[in-house]
Amino acid sequence: MSKAISKDGQAAVGVYVCHCGTNIAGTVDVEKLAKEMAGEAGVVISREYKFMCSDPGQEQIKKDIAEFGLNRVVVAACSPRMHEPTFRRACAQAGLNPFLMLMANIREQCSWVTKDRTEATNKALAIVRATVRRARWMRPLQPGRAKVKPSTLIIGGGIAGIQAALDIAEAGYKVHLVERNQSIGGHMAELDKTFPTLDCSACILTPKMVQVAQHPNIELLTYHEVEEVRGSVGQFKVKVRRKATCVDNAKCTGCGVCITKCPVKKVPSEFDEKMAFRPAIYTMFPQAVPNKPVIDRKHCNYFVRGKCGVCEKFCEPGAIVMNDRDSVRELEVGTIIVATGYDLVDPGQFKQWGYGRFPDVYTGLEFERLCNAMGPTSGKIVKKDGQAPAAVGILHCIGSRDENYCKHCSRVCCMYSLKFAHLLREKTTARVYEFYIDMRAFGKGYEEFYHRVMHEGTRFVRGKAGQVLAPTEADADAPADSMIVVAEETTLGKLLRVPVDMIVLATAMGPAQGAKQVSEMLRIPRSPDGFFAEKHPKLAPVETPTDGVFLAGTCQGPKDIPDTVAQASGSAAAAMRFMARGEVEIDPSVALVRPEMCTACGMCVDVCAYQAIEIDPKRNKAVVNATTCKGCGTCVATCRATAIELQHFTDRQIYHELAGLLGEAW
Amino acid sequence: MIVEYGGQALDECYQCGTCSSVCPWGDFRDFRLRNLIRLAQFGIEGYEGEDLWFCTTCGMCLDRCPRGVKTVDIVRSIRNIMGEAGTLPPLLQSALSGLEGNGNPWAGDPDKRSAWASEVGLRPHTEESEILLYTCCTHAYDPRNLKAQRTLARLLEKAGVKWGSLGNDEKCCGDPAHKGGRKDVFESLRDGNTEQIRATRPKKIVVTSPHCLENFKKNYEGLKGVTVIHVAELLRDLIRDGRLKPEKPVKARVAYHDPCYLGRHNGIYDAPREVLKAIPELELVELSRHHEDSLCCGGGGGRMWSDTPVAERFSVQRINDACAQGAQSLATACPYCVLMLTDSLGTVGKQDSLEVVDLGELLARSIDMGTLEGSPNPPAMVRGEQSSPAPHATGSGR
Repeated sequence: MSKAISKDGQAAVGVYVCHCGTNIAGTVDVEKLAKEMAGEAGVVISREYKFMCSDPGQEQIKKDIAEFGLNRVVVAACSPRMHEPTFRRACAQAGLNPFLMLMANIREQCSWVTKDRTEATNKALAIVRATVRRARWMRPLQPGRAKVKPSTLIIGGGIAGIQAALDIAEAGYKVHLVERNQSIGGHMAELDKTFPTLDCSACILTPKMVQVAQHPNIELLTYHEVEEVRGSVGQFKVKVRRKATCVDNAKCTGCGVCITKCPVKKVPSEFDEKMAFRPAIYTMFPQAVPNKPVIDRKHCNYFVRGKCGVCEKFCEPGAIVMNDRDSVRELEVGTIIVATGYDLVDPGQFKQWGYGRFPDVYTGLEFERLCNAMGPTSGKIVKKDGQAPAAVGILHCIGSRDENYCKHCSRVCCMYSLKFAHLLREKTTARVYEFYIDMRAFGKGYEEFYHRVMHEGTRFVRGKAGQVLAPTEADADAPADSMIVVAEETTLGKLLRVPVDMIVLATAMGPAQGAKQVSEMLRIPRSPDGFFAEKHPKLAPVETPTDGVFLAGTCQGPKDIPDTVAQASGSAAAAMRFMARGEVEIDPSVALVRPEMCTACGMCVDVCAYQAIEIDPKRNKAVVNATTCKGCGTCVATCRATAIELQHFTDRQIYHELAGLLGEAW
Repeated sequence: MIVEYGGQALDECYQCGTCSSVCPWGDFRDFRLRNLIRLAQFGIEGYEGEDLWFCTTCGMCLDRCPRGVKTVDIVRSIRNIMGEAGTLPPLLQSALSGLEGNGNPWAGDPDKRSAWASEVGLRPHTEESEILLYTCCTHAYDPRNLKAQRTLARLLEKAGVKWGSLGNDEKCCGDPAHKGGRKDVFESLRDGNTEQIRATRPKKIVVTSPHCLENFKKNYEGLKGVTVIHVAELLRDLIRDGRLKPEKPVKARVAYHDPCYLGRHNGIYDAPREVLKAIPELELVELSRHHEDSLCCGGGGGRMWSDTPVAERFSVQRINDACAQGAQSLATACPYCVLMLTDSLGTVGKQDSLEVVDLGELLARSIDMGTLEGSPNPPAMVRGEQSSPAPHATGSGR
């Protein structure tokens, strides 16, 4: 071990091979690895240790930097995604630029992918040798700093968006809450009672909605949609479209005369799950926030046929503005929270369970509207013919947990099915049957609720309903217009044919309509089930891989109201982390243009997915915006003049790394 | 042992009972497929109950299983275990033993296998052949299906198709053994057939049975890359290409029965309907269960060689359904279906109100067959043809 000092520019590399318990040492010969690396050019000290990420491990690195004057550090251990920040910090504390530390991944990419000791050790040797060679060519870098605007854009005004908005606003930051419908509230506003407490949904939701409307720090942008997002954490530039409402909210008193006078009476109401009608000028529900109507121009006679204007005639304050048009404005925010929610998957595909084939087959949300006092039947649970049902079947797992539709479990359906059973037994004299595979009552008070419902006389059938049929000769006692639910009672092994006259299908939950466009606009990935992907399912459930963009609520995956609210607060806190510090460190691994070689051909501008590079018209050279650049390297590869270099991944560094892998002298 | 025989899917079943609730036997028997799979999950080495042999492999459970469990493979695996132990149901046992010796399950004389081609002349497969026509044993030996096969031969001649056949060297694809529990018999036939077929270097194989289609496409690894289609697809193509011109009106209300192995197992629903819709003045109606919901005729999975009481027959349900739709003809495109439906038609005495007809036979009625008109079986409207039982079968009808 020579004590090379770095004064003359010689590399002095310290190599640290981690056992990671048996994760690495169980397959890779770590002693051999450390010994061989000691002989590599430039390596001054080479050690192996059980857990490099531990305090003693880090201390050793710091000690060696001081004692041996190390100017490069290579830690051969796990993936940099685990502990790169840990070792960078350790080096920085010892006075070494953190970007002169490299990690060699001999775990996820080596010891975890083979059981063969020889293969693993040989591969580890190649990887670490390559990293040592690259390390000698690394240059110190300084992270950039970007200011973080103390404001948040929240996309979606359901309970998740509302909760996050209130948390952030209360902390003193500004919130722009964008909601594409004309009122906030989301699906929760459609519900009747919520499990397990049976709280009235609107009663617990509306106070928060009003708080949002009145909060000085919240700019409520209903009937708006986000169109474009550029920039990066701390300074997102967002284009938001205000859709024309044709109503001047400042003048409108909310009297509702226009709604009663509108001649177009029969537009299927989205809020009532198309089970009732609304006029062309309408509010969504009585407690809407803001409680001002909008004109649905797709159905309004004035816009479709060129003739009407009745609402305008009857509006005393003169709040109708027929020549209102969409407008776009730009916002600059520091952070973004995505709270776009869920939709139930198209029930039209569930014909084998009766949807669309029989009149009284409902989805969960449709049944909620039947139960709700402001719904199409004023809260009476009746069939389409107006009669109360005699027997109701509640069918679990329709489209969920199913390879033929959605693989995932939609999480809330077992609980709302129990809730429906309870409401049916309370409000009607119907027999109630629940057809289930498992009963998932996982939350606080949920098992107790299940217990309670079991006392009320609902008949539980442990078996998924395979099909719903019209009665045949096999169903001699069933009424001719009933529906036969066919299921195996699996605990008895008996095949049941149960006649019912109403069915509720617990259909699968998917991300809200438009999730794909949001994912592309914000450049956040989606999981295989279609919901937005969190950065790490356990340790970073509200972050996305894009710094500054967070997730809240069911847009990240099916969940109930308690979990949604908890996650929304978590997301708000994560956003405030950036805003409280006021600035954020920018990873210096960004593209850098060497102006003397740039011919301003513009190809780099065309290929950049983040609009982070542009041609400076004054100097006629390409310039990179270091805060927006993600360091993907596409422009580097594209530049024909090789004028662009990726910091921390220069060509020369990579060639030396390759040489190390391939075992050639360079 | 079951895993060895192809039952890996066992791990995934979560016992929801969907299979039991969609199985057509549910109305008639206590057999619960879910229970059989549960026993298999717990490692039974065989199943002595007779219910194991009722499954027709129709595929309703396979289609609907939320976990994608290969239910049919599990049934076959357990049957194979019973087959190894020599405990197959007697009728099935004798049919499958005959399969080994005769190359067909009907105890038919191998030298008479190509009798169907006697009018048009048997064409051996050569390099010039457009297609290798592979005739199902049931089309070769069962009298009712033989008529349909003769009609098919005349259609091919009319269209000028350069077809070729393996003649009397042709052997069963092995389906009864594959589904019925004699893996050894199936593999022997598969290997022999693969060699024989590959030697002819066919451009395209056209099978007359959906069961042969299933086997050649999915269970004959040696035929990967060879194009295999069903005769319904060929007839559709011939009409599209103008080589067959259905011009004579056929005034009939026709219900089409989707065979399990053409429809559910292989996704071919449109080709036969396109053929029927090309026939002028033919009114096509759907049975109440059609496409993926089609009800099995009851003949697959080795059930052809067993007795079913009339009250329990799926084929009777299909006939009743066709009559309920007001159909005069019940058309289909599988020799097993033709056989099962025709047999039951006679047993329930509805042969005066409904006929069971093969797709090709209906098509031929619409085509001016020209010089082929004077053949022994003119394509006139035939009603109530019953199949006579094949020589070896015993018992009071199927």
